[in-house]
Amino acid sequence: MKNNLTSLLNWNTNRSNYPEMDADGNPIIDLESQKFIKVWQGPNHPGVTGNMSLELTISGDEVVDSKTHVGYLHRGFEKLFERRKYIQCFPTCIRMCVPEPDTNEYNLAVGTEELGGIEVPDTAKWLRMLALEMARLQVLLRMVPGQAGTMGLGLGSQWGMYYRELILDRFEELTGGRIYHMYILPGGVRGLMPEGFDKRLLGNLDKIDGFIADIDKLIFSNAVFKKRTIGTGFIPNDWVDHYGITGPVARAAGYKRDVRKDYPYLFYDQLDFDYNIAQESDVFARFEVRRQDLVTTVDLLRQILAKMPRTGDIRATTPNVLHWKIPKGETYVRVESSRGEYGFYMVSDGTEYPRRINLRGPSYTHAVSVLEKLLVNSNISDVSAIMVSLATCPPEIER
Amino acid sequence: MENLINKLQDMFAVKDVQDSKKNQILLTVKASKVPALLSFLKEFEGFKVLVMISSVDWIEIGKFQLSYIVNDPDKKNDLIIRAFISRKEASMISIHSLWGHASTFQREIKEMYGIDFPGSPRVDEPFLLEGWDDTPPMRRDFDTKKYSEETFFPRPGRESNDPAEYMKKRLYPDEK
Repeated sequence: MKNNLTSLLNWNTNRSNYPEMDADGNPIIDLESQKFIKVWQGPNHPGVTGNMSLELTISGDEVVDSKTHVGYLHRGFEKLFERRKYIQCFPTCIRMCVPEPDTNEYNLAVGTEELGGIEVPDTAKWLRMLALEMARLQVLLRMVPGQAGTMGLGLGSQWGMYYRELILDRFEELTGGRIYHMYILPGGVRGLMPEGFDKRLLGNLDKIDGFIADIDKLIFSNAVFKKRTIGTGFIPNDWVDHYGITGPVARAAGYKRDVRKDYPYLFYDQLDFDYNIAQESDVFARFEVRRQDLVTTVDLLRQILAKMPRTGDIRATTPNVLHWKIPKGETYVRVESSRGEYGFYMVSDGTEYPRRINLRGPSYTHAVSVLEKLLVNSNISDVSAIMVSLATCPPEIER
Repeated sequence: MENLINKLQDMFAVKDVQDSKKNQILLTVKASKVPALLSFLKEFEGFKVLVMISSVDWIEIGKFQLSYIVNDPDKKNDLIIRAFISRKEASMISIHSLWGHASTFQREIKEMYGIDFPGSPRVDEPFLLEGWDDTPPMRRDFDTKKYSEETFFPRPGRESNDPAEYMKKRLYPDEK
Protein backbone atom coordinates (compact mmCIF):
# COMPACT_ATOMS: atom_id res chain seq x y z
CA MET A 1 0.00 0.00 0.00
CA LYS A 2 2.80 2.37 0.98
CA ASN A 3 4.75 1.57 -2.21
CA ASN A 4 1.69 2.23 -4.33
CA LEU A 5 1.18 5.60 -2.72
CA THR A 6 4.82 6.56 -3.26
CA SER A 7 4.66 5.63 -6.91
CA LEU A 8 1.56 7.75 -7.25
CA LEU A 9 3.23 10.75 -5.70
CA ASN A 10 6.50 10.43 -7.62
CA TRP A 11 5.08 11.11 -11.04
CA ASN A 12 7.29 11.82 -13.99
CA THR A 13 8.00 15.53 -13.78
CA ASN A 14 9.22 15.80 -17.37
CA ARG A 15 6.01 16.89 -19.04
CA SER A 16 7.60 18.31 -22.17
CA ASN A 17 6.49 15.38 -24.36
CA TYR A 18 2.92 15.41 -23.13
CA PRO A 19 0.46 15.44 -24.80
CA GLU A 20 1.70 13.87 -28.00
CA MET A 21 2.13 16.15 -30.99
CA ASP A 22 1.08 15.56 -34.56
CA ALA A 23 3.36 16.12 -37.57
CA ASP A 24 2.53 19.89 -37.61
CA GLY A 25 3.51 20.33 -33.94
CA ASN A 26 -0.06 20.67 -32.67
CA PRO A 27 -1.07 18.72 -29.55
CA ILE A 28 -3.30 15.69 -30.12
CA ILE A 29 -6.24 16.39 -27.87
CA ASP A 30 -9.17 14.03 -27.77
CA LEU A 31 -11.81 15.51 -25.48
CA GLU A 32 -13.82 12.26 -25.69
CA SER A 33 -10.97 10.43 -23.93
CA GLN A 34 -11.89 12.29 -20.72
CA LYS A 35 -8.22 13.08 -20.12
CA PHE A 36 -8.78 16.72 -21.07
CA ILE A 37 -11.31 19.41 -20.24
CA LYS A 38 -11.86 22.89 -21.62
CA VAL A 39 -11.87 25.77 -19.16
CA TRP A 40 -12.57 29.37 -20.12
CA GLN A 41 -10.83 32.08 -18.17
CA GLY A 42 -12.82 35.22 -18.83
CA PRO A 43 -14.26 37.18 -20.53
CA ASN A 44 -15.31 38.73 -17.23
CA HIS A 45 -13.14 41.59 -16.02
CA PRO A 46 -10.48 40.07 -13.79
CA GLY A 47 -9.47 43.38 -12.20
CA VAL A 48 -6.16 44.49 -13.62
CA THR A 49 -6.19 43.49 -17.27
CA GLY A 50 -9.58 43.97 -18.95
CA ASN A 51 -12.08 41.81 -20.75
CA MET A 52 -10.35 39.00 -22.58
CA SER A 53 -10.80 35.28 -22.51
CA LEU A 54 -8.43 32.38 -22.62
CA GLU A 55 -9.68 29.06 -23.92
CA LEU A 56 -7.60 26.63 -21.91
CA THR A 57 -7.40 22.88 -22.44
CA ILE A 58 -6.50 21.27 -19.16
CA SER A 59 -5.14 17.86 -18.28
CA GLY A 60 -5.26 17.47 -14.51
CA ASP A 61 -4.16 20.93 -13.38
CA GLU A 62 -1.80 21.44 -16.30
CA VAL A 63 -2.54 23.62 -19.31
CA VAL A 64 -1.88 21.70 -22.53
CA ASP A 65 -3.29 24.15 -25.03
CA SER A 66 -4.31 27.80 -24.90
CA LYS A 67 -6.06 30.18 -27.27
CA THR A 68 -6.60 33.90 -26.73
CA HIS A 69 -10.00 35.30 -27.66
CA VAL A 70 -10.43 39.04 -27.87
CA GLY A 71 -13.23 41.24 -29.20
CA TYR A 72 -15.18 41.97 -26.03
CA LEU A 73 -13.97 45.59 -26.00
CA HIS A 74 -13.98 46.26 -29.73
CA ARG A 75 -15.36 49.73 -30.40
CA GLY A 76 -14.03 50.26 -33.91
CA PHE A 77 -11.77 53.21 -33.06
CA GLU A 78 -9.61 52.85 -36.14
CA LYS A 79 -12.71 52.97 -38.33
CA LEU A 80 -14.00 56.00 -36.42
CA PHE A 81 -10.70 57.84 -37.01
CA GLU A 82 -11.20 57.62 -40.77
CA ARG A 83 -14.46 59.58 -40.47
CA ARG A 84 -13.16 62.22 -38.07
CA LYS A 85 -10.89 65.23 -38.35
CA TYR A 86 -7.57 65.02 -36.55
CA ILE A 87 -8.74 67.10 -33.63
CA GLN A 88 -11.88 64.97 -33.31
CA CYS A 89 -9.67 61.86 -33.07
CA PHE A 90 -7.96 63.39 -30.05
CA PRO A 91 -10.72 62.73 -27.45
CA THR A 92 -11.48 59.36 -29.12
CA CYS A 93 -8.00 57.86 -29.26
CA ILE A 94 -7.42 57.99 -25.50
CA ARG A 95 -10.11 55.36 -24.98
CA MET A 96 -7.89 52.79 -26.68
CA CYS A 97 -6.05 52.11 -23.44
CA VAL A 98 -7.87 52.89 -20.24
CA PRO A 99 -5.06 52.53 -17.67
CA GLU A 100 -2.59 54.71 -19.57
CA PRO A 101 -4.45 56.99 -22.02
CA ASP A 102 -1.75 59.66 -22.26
CA THR A 103 0.46 57.59 -24.57
CA ASN A 104 -2.38 57.63 -27.14
CA GLU A 105 -2.74 61.40 -26.90
CA TYR A 106 0.98 61.84 -27.24
CA ASN A 107 1.32 59.56 -30.29
CA LEU A 108 -1.59 61.23 -32.09
CA ALA A 109 -0.22 64.68 -31.32
CA VAL A 110 3.33 63.86 -32.41
CA GLY A 111 2.20 62.04 -35.55
CA THR A 112 0.01 64.98 -36.56
CA GLU A 113 2.79 67.46 -35.83
CA GLU A 114 5.35 65.43 -37.81
CA LEU A 115 3.07 65.14 -40.84
CA GLY A 116 1.87 68.75 -40.52
CA GLY A 117 5.34 70.23 -39.89
CA ILE A 118 4.65 71.84 -36.51
CA GLU A 119 7.35 72.49 -33.90
CA VAL A 120 6.17 72.41 -30.30
CA PRO A 121 7.43 74.98 -27.70
CA ASP A 122 9.88 73.75 -25.06
CA THR A 123 7.60 74.35 -22.07
CA ALA A 124 4.94 72.18 -23.70
CA LYS A 125 7.51 69.42 -24.21
CA TRP A 126 8.44 69.46 -20.52
CA LEU A 127 4.75 69.37 -19.55
CA ARG A 128 4.20 66.45 -21.91
CA MET A 129 7.04 64.60 -20.21
CA LEU A 130 5.53 65.36 -16.83
CA ALA A 131 2.12 63.99 -17.90
CA LEU A 132 3.64 60.87 -19.47
CA GLU A 133 5.72 60.07 -16.38
CA MET A 134 2.79 60.71 -14.05
CA ALA A 135 0.72 58.33 -16.18
CA ARG A 136 3.45 55.70 -15.97
CA LEU A 137 3.64 56.15 -12.21
CA GLN A 138 -0.09 55.66 -11.65
CA VAL A 139 -0.07 52.51 -13.80
CA LEU A 140 2.91 51.03 -12.00
CA LEU A 141 1.40 51.82 -8.60
CA ARG A 142 -1.51 49.62 -9.59
CA MET A 143 0.39 47.03 -11.56
CA VAL A 144 3.30 46.24 -9.24
CA PRO A 145 1.21 45.21 -6.22
CA GLY A 146 -1.45 43.92 -8.65
CA GLN A 147 0.99 41.20 -9.65
CA ALA A 148 0.84 39.85 -6.09
CA GLY A 149 -2.95 40.23 -6.20
CA THR A 150 -3.12 37.53 -8.86
CA MET A 151 -1.83 35.09 -6.26
CA GLY A 152 -4.21 36.06 -3.53
CA LEU A 153 -1.98 38.66 -1.86
CA GLY A 154 -4.57 41.38 -2.20
CA LEU A 155 -3.33 43.74 0.50
CA GLY A 156 -0.61 45.35 -1.62
CA SER A 157 -3.14 46.05 -4.37
CA GLN A 158 -5.40 47.84 -1.91
CA TRP A 159 -2.52 49.99 -0.69
CA GLY A 160 -1.43 50.67 -4.27
CA MET A 161 -4.88 52.00 -5.14
CA TYR A 162 -4.58 54.65 -2.45
CA TYR A 163 -1.24 55.92 -3.78
CA ARG A 164 -2.59 55.83 -7.33
CA GLU A 165 -5.45 58.04 -6.21
CA LEU A 166 -2.92 60.64 -5.02
CA ILE A 167 -1.50 60.85 -8.55
CA LEU A 168 -5.01 60.94 -10.01
CA ASP A 169 -5.70 63.94 -7.75
CA ARG A 170 -2.69 65.68 -9.27
CA PHE A 171 -3.95 64.79 -12.75
CA GLU A 172 -7.30 66.32 -11.87
CA GLU A 173 -5.52 69.48 -10.80
CA LEU A 174 -3.35 69.63 -13.93
CA THR A 175 -5.87 68.58 -16.57
CA GLY A 176 -9.36 68.50 -15.05
CA GLY A 177 -9.72 64.75 -15.62
CA ARG A 178 -8.80 61.79 -13.43
CA ILE A 179 -8.65 58.87 -15.87
CA TYR A 180 -8.91 60.46 -19.33
CA HIS A 181 -6.90 63.64 -19.36
CA MET A 182 -7.15 65.04 -22.91
CA TYR A 183 -4.12 67.17 -22.10
CA ILE A 184 -1.57 66.58 -24.87
CA LEU A 185 -3.16 67.85 -28.08
CA PRO A 186 -1.65 68.50 -31.52
CA GLY A 187 0.44 71.66 -31.20
CA GLY A 188 1.17 71.56 -27.47
CA VAL A 189 -0.65 71.01 -24.18
CA ARG A 190 -3.81 72.49 -22.70
CA GLY A 191 -2.43 74.36 -19.70
CA LEU A 192 0.44 75.23 -17.39
CA MET A 193 0.93 73.76 -13.92
CA PRO A 194 -1.40 75.32 -11.32
CA GLU A 195 0.18 77.22 -8.44
CA GLY A 196 1.59 74.96 -5.73
CA PHE A 197 1.22 71.87 -7.94
CA ASP A 198 4.88 70.92 -7.82
CA LYS A 199 4.99 71.05 -4.00
CA ARG A 200 1.95 68.80 -3.73
CA LEU A 201 3.37 66.37 -6.30
CA LEU A 202 6.72 66.23 -4.48
CA GLY A 203 4.85 65.52 -1.23
CA ASN A 204 3.07 62.62 -2.97
CA LEU A 205 6.36 61.28 -4.31
CA ASP A 206 7.79 61.21 -0.76
CA LYS A 207 4.79 59.16 0.35
CA ILE A 208 5.27 56.81 -2.61
CA ASP A 209 8.91 56.25 -1.56
CA GLY A 210 7.56 54.92 1.73
CA PHE A 211 5.09 52.73 -0.13
CA ILE A 212 7.87 51.16 -2.23
CA ALA A 213 9.69 50.25 1.00
CA ASP A 214 6.45 48.73 2.28
CA ILE A 215 5.85 46.55 -0.77
CA ASP A 216 9.44 45.36 -0.56
CA LYS A 217 8.66 43.97 2.87
CA LEU A 218 5.15 42.82 2.04
CA ILE A 219 5.71 41.17 -1.34
CA PHE A 220 9.42 40.79 -2.08
CA SER A 221 10.05 39.14 1.28
CA ASN A 222 7.02 36.89 0.96
CA ALA A 223 8.07 33.23 0.65
CA VAL A 224 4.84 32.17 -1.07
CA PHE A 225 5.15 34.90 -3.68
CA LYS A 226 8.78 34.03 -4.40
CA LYS A 227 8.12 30.33 -4.58
CA ARG A 228 5.28 30.78 -7.02
CA THR A 229 6.91 33.35 -9.31
CA ILE A 230 10.56 32.32 -9.55
CA GLY A 231 10.88 30.08 -12.62
CA THR A 232 7.24 30.57 -13.63
CA GLY A 233 6.40 31.86 -17.11
CA PHE A 234 9.97 31.68 -18.43
CA ILE A 235 10.51 33.44 -21.78
CA PRO A 236 13.57 32.17 -23.70
CA ASN A 237 15.90 34.84 -25.08
CA ASP A 238 15.32 33.96 -28.71
CA TRP A 239 11.62 34.74 -28.37
CA VAL A 240 12.25 38.44 -27.78
CA ASP A 241 12.99 39.40 -31.39
CA HIS A 242 11.05 36.54 -32.92
CA TYR A 243 7.82 37.71 -31.30
CA GLY A 244 8.53 41.45 -31.14
CA ILE A 245 8.54 41.50 -27.32
CA THR A 246 9.17 44.98 -25.90
CA GLY A 247 9.41 46.97 -22.69
CA PRO A 248 9.74 45.43 -19.23
CA VAL A 249 9.18 41.92 -20.60
CA ALA A 250 12.17 42.27 -22.94
CA ARG A 251 14.23 43.99 -20.24
CA ALA A 252 13.51 41.12 -17.83
CA ALA A 253 15.12 38.82 -20.42
CA GLY A 254 18.30 40.91 -20.35
CA TYR A 255 17.62 43.03 -23.44
CA LYS A 256 18.31 46.76 -23.28
CA ARG A 257 15.09 48.02 -24.83
CA ASP A 258 13.58 51.31 -23.77
CA VAL A 259 12.20 53.80 -26.29
CA ARG A 260 13.15 56.70 -23.99
CA LYS A 261 16.83 55.72 -24.26
CA ASP A 262 16.92 54.20 -27.76
CA TYR A 263 14.93 56.84 -29.65
CA PRO A 264 15.07 59.83 -27.27
CA TYR A 265 12.00 62.01 -27.64
CA LEU A 266 10.97 65.19 -25.77
CA PHE A 267 13.83 65.96 -23.33
CA TYR A 268 14.53 62.44 -22.08
CA ASP A 269 18.15 62.82 -23.23
CA GLN A 270 18.59 65.54 -20.58
CA LEU A 271 17.50 63.23 -17.75
CA ASP A 272 19.71 60.84 -15.87
CA PHE A 273 18.38 57.27 -15.87
CA ASP A 274 19.37 53.83 -17.07
CA TYR A 275 17.82 50.65 -18.41
CA ASN A 276 16.31 48.47 -15.69
CA ILE A 277 17.46 44.98 -16.53
CA ALA A 278 17.03 41.48 -15.14
CA GLN A 279 18.28 38.19 -16.58
CA GLU A 280 15.97 35.47 -15.32
CA SER A 281 13.02 36.27 -17.62
CA ASP A 282 10.40 34.75 -15.34
CA VAL A 283 7.39 36.32 -13.59
CA PHE A 284 9.56 37.39 -10.64
CA ALA A 285 12.13 39.06 -12.92
CA ARG A 286 9.42 41.00 -14.75
CA PHE A 287 7.97 42.05 -11.41
CA GLU A 288 11.40 43.15 -10.24
CA VAL A 289 11.98 45.19 -13.43
CA ARG A 290 8.64 46.95 -12.92
CA ARG A 291 9.52 47.69 -9.32
CA GLN A 292 12.78 49.26 -10.56
CA ASP A 293 10.75 51.18 -13.16
CA LEU A 294 8.62 52.52 -10.33
CA VAL A 295 11.71 53.83 -8.52
CA THR A 296 13.06 55.29 -11.80
CA THR A 297 9.74 57.03 -12.57
CA VAL A 298 9.62 58.68 -9.15
CA ASP A 299 13.20 59.84 -9.69
CA LEU A 300 12.45 61.11 -13.21
CA LEU A 301 9.48 63.12 -11.95
CA ARG A 302 11.73 64.81 -9.39
CA GLN A 303 14.29 65.57 -12.12
CA ILE A 304 11.58 66.96 -14.43
CA LEU A 305 10.19 69.22 -11.70
CA ALA A 306 13.70 70.48 -10.92
CA LYS A 307 14.55 71.28 -14.54
CA MET A 308 11.33 72.37 -16.23
CA PRO A 309 10.43 76.01 -16.89
CA ARG A 310 7.33 77.28 -15.08
CA THR A 311 6.25 79.75 -17.77
CA GLY A 312 6.39 80.08 -21.54
CA ASP A 313 4.41 79.21 -24.62
CA ILE A 314 2.52 75.95 -24.40
CA ARG A 315 0.87 75.92 -27.84
CA ALA A 316 2.37 76.27 -31.27
CA THR A 317 0.42 78.21 -33.85
CA THR A 318 -1.54 75.70 -35.90
CA PRO A 319 -4.01 76.22 -38.72
CA ASN A 320 -7.70 76.20 -37.73
CA VAL A 321 -7.98 72.65 -36.42
CA LEU A 322 -11.38 72.11 -38.03
CA HIS A 323 -10.02 72.87 -41.50
CA TRP A 324 -6.44 71.65 -41.05
CA LYS A 325 -5.38 69.72 -44.14
CA ILE A 326 -2.42 67.54 -43.22
CA PRO A 327 0.04 67.06 -46.15
CA LYS A 328 0.22 63.62 -47.73
CA GLY A 329 2.64 61.35 -45.91
CA GLU A 330 3.25 58.42 -43.62
CA THR A 331 5.01 58.03 -40.32
CA TYR A 332 5.46 55.60 -37.46
CA VAL A 333 5.72 57.23 -34.03
CA ARG A 334 6.54 55.44 -30.82
CA VAL A 335 6.57 56.12 -27.10
CA GLU A 336 7.62 54.02 -24.09
CA SER A 337 4.49 53.10 -22.17
CA SER A 338 4.54 51.25 -18.86
CA ARG A 339 4.03 48.02 -20.82
CA GLY A 340 6.55 48.61 -23.62
CA GLU A 341 6.77 50.22 -27.02
CA TYR A 342 3.51 51.86 -28.00
CA GLY A 343 3.32 53.03 -31.60
CA PHE A 344 0.98 54.70 -34.07
CA TYR A 345 1.31 54.17 -37.80
CA MET A 346 -0.32 57.20 -39.42
CA VAL A 347 -1.11 57.72 -43.09
CA SER A 348 -2.40 61.02 -44.41
CA ASP A 349 -3.87 61.47 -47.89
CA GLY A 350 -3.69 65.26 -47.86
CA THR A 351 -7.20 65.90 -46.56
CA GLU A 352 -8.59 66.97 -43.16
CA TYR A 353 -9.27 63.33 -42.30
CA PRO A 354 -6.62 60.72 -41.50
CA ARG A 355 -6.49 57.93 -44.06
CA ARG A 356 -5.35 55.39 -41.51
CA ILE A 357 -4.23 55.41 -37.90
CA ASN A 358 -3.12 52.00 -36.73
CA LEU A 359 -2.09 51.30 -33.16
CA ARG A 360 0.60 48.80 -32.29
CA GLY A 361 0.45 48.12 -28.57
CA PRO A 362 2.74 45.75 -26.69
CA SER A 363 -0.19 43.50 -25.75
CA TYR A 364 -0.77 42.72 -29.41
CA THR A 365 2.06 40.22 -29.31
CA HIS A 366 2.43 39.69 -25.56
CA ALA A 367 -1.16 38.61 -24.94
CA VAL A 368 -1.80 36.72 -28.16
CA SER A 369 1.22 35.02 -29.75
CA VAL A 370 3.44 34.92 -26.64
CA LEU A 371 0.80 34.13 -24.01
CA GLU A 372 -0.67 31.26 -26.04
CA LYS A 373 2.73 29.57 -26.18
CA LEU A 374 3.83 30.52 -22.69
CA LEU A 375 0.84 28.97 -20.94
CA VAL A 376 1.41 25.50 -22.36
CA ASN A 377 2.67 23.15 -19.61
CA SER A 378 2.02 25.70 -16.89
CA ASN A 379 -0.20 25.13 -13.89
CA ILE A 380 -3.75 26.45 -14.14
CA SER A 381 -3.31 28.44 -10.93
CA ASP A 382 -0.39 30.35 -12.50
CA VAL A 383 -2.33 31.46 -15.58
CA SER A 384 -3.45 34.81 -14.20
CA ALA A 385 0.01 35.55 -12.77
CA ILE A 386 1.64 34.93 -16.16
CA MET A 387 -1.02 36.97 -17.93
CA VAL A 388 -0.55 39.96 -15.63
CA SER A 389 3.25 39.68 -15.77
CA LEU A 390 3.01 40.30 -19.54
CA ALA A 391 1.00 43.47 -18.77
CA THR A 392 -1.98 42.45 -20.84
CA CYS A 393 -4.28 45.29 -21.94
CA PRO A 394 -6.98 43.90 -24.30
CA PRO A 395 -8.36 47.23 -25.62
CA GLU A 396 -5.10 47.88 -27.43
CA ILE A 397 -5.34 44.49 -29.18
CA GLU A 398 -8.76 45.05 -30.67
CA ARG A 399 -9.09 48.88 -30.89
CA MET B 1 21.27 53.67 -44.51
CA GLU B 2 22.31 55.02 -47.94
CA ASN B 3 24.40 51.96 -48.77
CA LEU B 4 21.55 49.72 -47.76
CA ILE B 5 19.06 51.58 -49.93
CA ASN B 6 21.42 51.35 -52.93
CA LYS B 7 21.75 47.63 -52.32
CA LEU B 8 17.97 47.21 -52.07
CA GLN B 9 17.48 49.18 -55.29
CA ASP B 10 19.87 46.83 -57.09
CA MET B 11 18.57 43.60 -55.59
CA PHE B 12 14.83 44.18 -55.19
CA ALA B 13 14.14 47.21 -57.41
CA VAL B 14 12.69 49.24 -54.54
CA LYS B 15 11.30 52.65 -55.53
CA ASP B 16 9.67 55.78 -54.06
CA VAL B 17 12.34 55.99 -51.37
CA GLN B 18 11.53 58.82 -48.95
CA ASP B 19 12.91 59.92 -45.60
CA SER B 20 9.93 59.92 -43.26
CA LYS B 21 12.07 61.34 -40.45
CA LYS B 22 15.47 60.74 -38.88
CA ASN B 23 16.31 57.01 -39.02
CA GLN B 24 13.01 56.11 -40.71
CA ILE B 25 12.75 55.39 -44.43
CA LEU B 26 9.69 54.64 -46.55
CA LEU B 27 10.05 52.53 -49.66
CA THR B 28 7.82 50.70 -52.11
CA VAL B 29 8.44 47.26 -53.55
CA LYS B 30 6.55 44.82 -55.77
CA ALA B 31 4.28 42.60 -53.66
CA SER B 32 5.88 39.37 -54.94
CA LYS B 33 9.30 40.51 -53.67
CA VAL B 34 8.20 41.32 -50.09
CA PRO B 35 9.03 37.94 -48.44
CA ALA B 36 12.49 37.81 -50.07
CA LEU B 37 13.19 41.44 -49.11
CA LEU B 38 12.08 40.96 -45.51
CA SER B 39 14.04 37.74 -45.22
CA PHE B 40 17.18 39.49 -46.56
CA LEU B 41 16.74 42.40 -44.15
CA LYS B 42 16.23 40.06 -41.22
CA GLU B 43 19.09 37.66 -41.93
CA PHE B 44 21.77 39.98 -43.30
CA GLU B 45 21.00 43.60 -42.43
CA GLY B 46 20.00 43.42 -38.76
CA PHE B 47 16.32 44.31 -39.19
CA LYS B 48 15.35 41.48 -36.87
CA VAL B 49 12.22 42.96 -35.29
CA LEU B 50 8.88 43.08 -37.09
CA VAL B 51 7.11 46.04 -35.52
CA MET B 52 3.81 45.67 -37.33
CA ILE B 53 1.97 44.83 -40.50
CA SER B 54 -0.69 47.34 -41.45
CA SER B 55 -3.06 47.83 -44.32
CA VAL B 56 -4.55 50.88 -46.05
CA ASP B 57 -7.48 50.83 -48.46
CA TRP B 58 -6.93 53.09 -51.52
CA ILE B 59 -10.36 52.49 -52.99
CA GLU B 60 -10.03 55.29 -55.55
CA ILE B 61 -7.19 53.48 -57.35
CA GLY B 62 -8.57 50.00 -56.60
CA LYS B 63 -5.62 48.92 -54.46
CA PHE B 64 -4.74 47.84 -50.97
CA GLN B 65 -1.47 48.99 -49.46
CA LEU B 66 0.30 46.60 -47.10
CA SER B 67 2.93 48.22 -44.88
CA TYR B 68 5.58 46.15 -43.14
CA ILE B 69 7.47 48.10 -40.48
CA VAL B 70 10.78 46.50 -39.52
CA ASN B 71 13.29 47.73 -37.00
CA ASP B 72 17.00 47.31 -36.44
CA PRO B 73 17.32 47.44 -32.62
CA ASP B 74 21.12 47.82 -32.70
CA LYS B 75 21.45 50.69 -35.19
CA LYS B 76 18.00 52.08 -34.22
CA ASN B 77 16.70 52.30 -37.78
CA ASP B 78 13.19 51.75 -39.12
CA LEU B 79 12.06 50.76 -42.59
CA ILE B 80 8.46 51.06 -43.72
CA ILE B 81 8.07 48.73 -46.68
CA ARG B 82 4.96 49.30 -48.77
CA ALA B 83 3.47 46.93 -51.30
CA PHE B 84 0.31 47.44 -53.34
CA ILE B 85 -2.08 44.65 -54.28
CA SER B 86 -5.25 44.63 -56.29
CA ARG B 87 -8.50 45.12 -54.41
CA LYS B 88 -10.24 42.57 -56.62
CA GLU B 89 -7.81 39.74 -56.02
CA ALA B 90 -6.91 40.59 -52.45
CA SER B 91 -4.26 38.02 -51.66
CA MET B 92 -0.71 38.32 -50.38
CA ILE B 93 2.15 35.92 -49.66
CA SER B 94 2.33 35.08 -45.95
CA ILE B 95 5.46 35.85 -43.94
CA HIS B 96 4.51 33.76 -40.88
CA SER B 97 7.67 31.68 -41.21
CA LEU B 98 9.86 34.75 -40.58
CA TRP B 99 8.33 36.07 -37.34
CA GLY B 100 6.16 34.38 -34.71
CA HIS B 101 3.64 37.19 -34.41
CA ALA B 102 3.23 37.87 -38.14
CA SER B 103 0.35 35.39 -38.33
CA THR B 104 -1.64 37.43 -35.75
CA PHE B 105 -1.35 40.60 -37.87
CA GLN B 106 -2.30 38.63 -40.98
CA ARG B 107 -5.28 37.06 -39.26
CA GLU B 108 -6.57 40.49 -38.27
CA ILE B 109 -6.00 41.95 -41.76
CA LYS B 110 -7.87 39.00 -43.29
CA GLU B 111 -10.83 39.72 -41.07
CA MET B 112 -10.81 43.52 -41.30
CA TYR B 113 -9.88 43.98 -44.99
CA GLY B 114 -10.58 40.58 -46.50
CA ILE B 115 -6.98 40.20 -47.72
CA ASP B 116 -6.10 36.52 -47.81
CA PHE B 117 -2.75 35.12 -46.70
CA PRO B 118 -2.80 31.50 -47.92
CA GLY B 119 -0.98 29.14 -45.55
CA SER B 120 -0.84 31.50 -42.57
CA PRO B 121 -1.74 29.64 -39.35
CA ARG B 122 -5.35 30.12 -38.16
CA VAL B 123 -5.87 32.84 -40.77
CA ASP B 124 -9.51 31.84 -41.28
CA GLU B 125 -10.38 31.84 -37.58
CA PRO B 126 -12.27 34.94 -36.43
CA PHE B 127 -10.05 37.40 -34.55
CA LEU B 128 -12.56 39.88 -33.12
CA LEU B 129 -15.79 39.35 -34.98
CA GLU B 130 -17.64 36.11 -34.43
CA GLY B 131 -19.96 35.06 -37.23
CA TRP B 132 -19.35 38.15 -39.41
CA ASP B 133 -20.70 37.64 -42.93
CA ASP B 134 -20.86 41.24 -44.22
CA THR B 135 -18.22 43.24 -46.12
CA PRO B 136 -14.94 43.28 -44.14
CA PRO B 137 -15.50 46.29 -41.85
CA MET B 138 -12.29 48.27 -42.40
CA ARG B 139 -12.83 48.49 -46.16
CA ARG B 140 -13.73 52.02 -47.24
CA ASP B 141 -16.90 50.84 -48.97
CA PHE B 142 -18.32 49.35 -45.77
CA ASP B 143 -21.04 51.76 -44.68
CA THR B 144 -21.03 51.75 -40.88
CA LYS B 145 -24.15 53.92 -40.57
CA LYS B 146 -26.20 51.77 -42.93
CA TYR B 147 -25.02 48.61 -41.18
CA SER B 148 -25.91 49.86 -37.72
CA GLU B 149 -29.30 51.15 -38.89
CA GLU B 150 -30.13 47.83 -40.51
CA THR B 151 -28.81 45.75 -37.64
CA PHE B 152 -29.84 47.70 -34.57
CA PHE B 153 -32.74 49.99 -35.55
CA PRO B 154 -35.64 50.05 -35.35
CA ARG B 155 -36.03 47.51 -32.58
CA PRO B 156 -39.55 46.34 -31.91
CA GLY B 157 -41.17 48.34 -29.11
CA ARG B 158 -38.75 51.24 -29.51
CA GLU B 159 -39.88 54.68 -30.59
CA SER B 160 -38.02 57.94 -30.82
CA ASN B 161 -39.38 61.37 -29.93
CA ASP B 162 -38.25 64.93 -30.10
CA PRO B 163 -37.08 65.52 -26.49
CA ALA B 164 -38.52 69.07 -26.17
CA GLU B 165 -41.93 68.14 -27.52
CA TYR B 166 -42.08 64.91 -25.60
CA MET B 167 -41.34 66.57 -22.24
CA LYS B 168 -43.81 69.34 -22.96
CA LYS B 169 -46.49 66.77 -23.75
CA ARG B 170 -45.78 64.86 -20.54
CA LEU B 171 -45.30 67.74 -18.15
CA TYR B 172 -47.68 70.39 -19.51
CA PRO B 173 -50.27 68.54 -21.59
CA ASP B 174 -52.76 71.38 -21.43
CA GLU B 175 -50.40 74.10 -22.57
CA LYS B 176 -50.61 75.11 -26.20
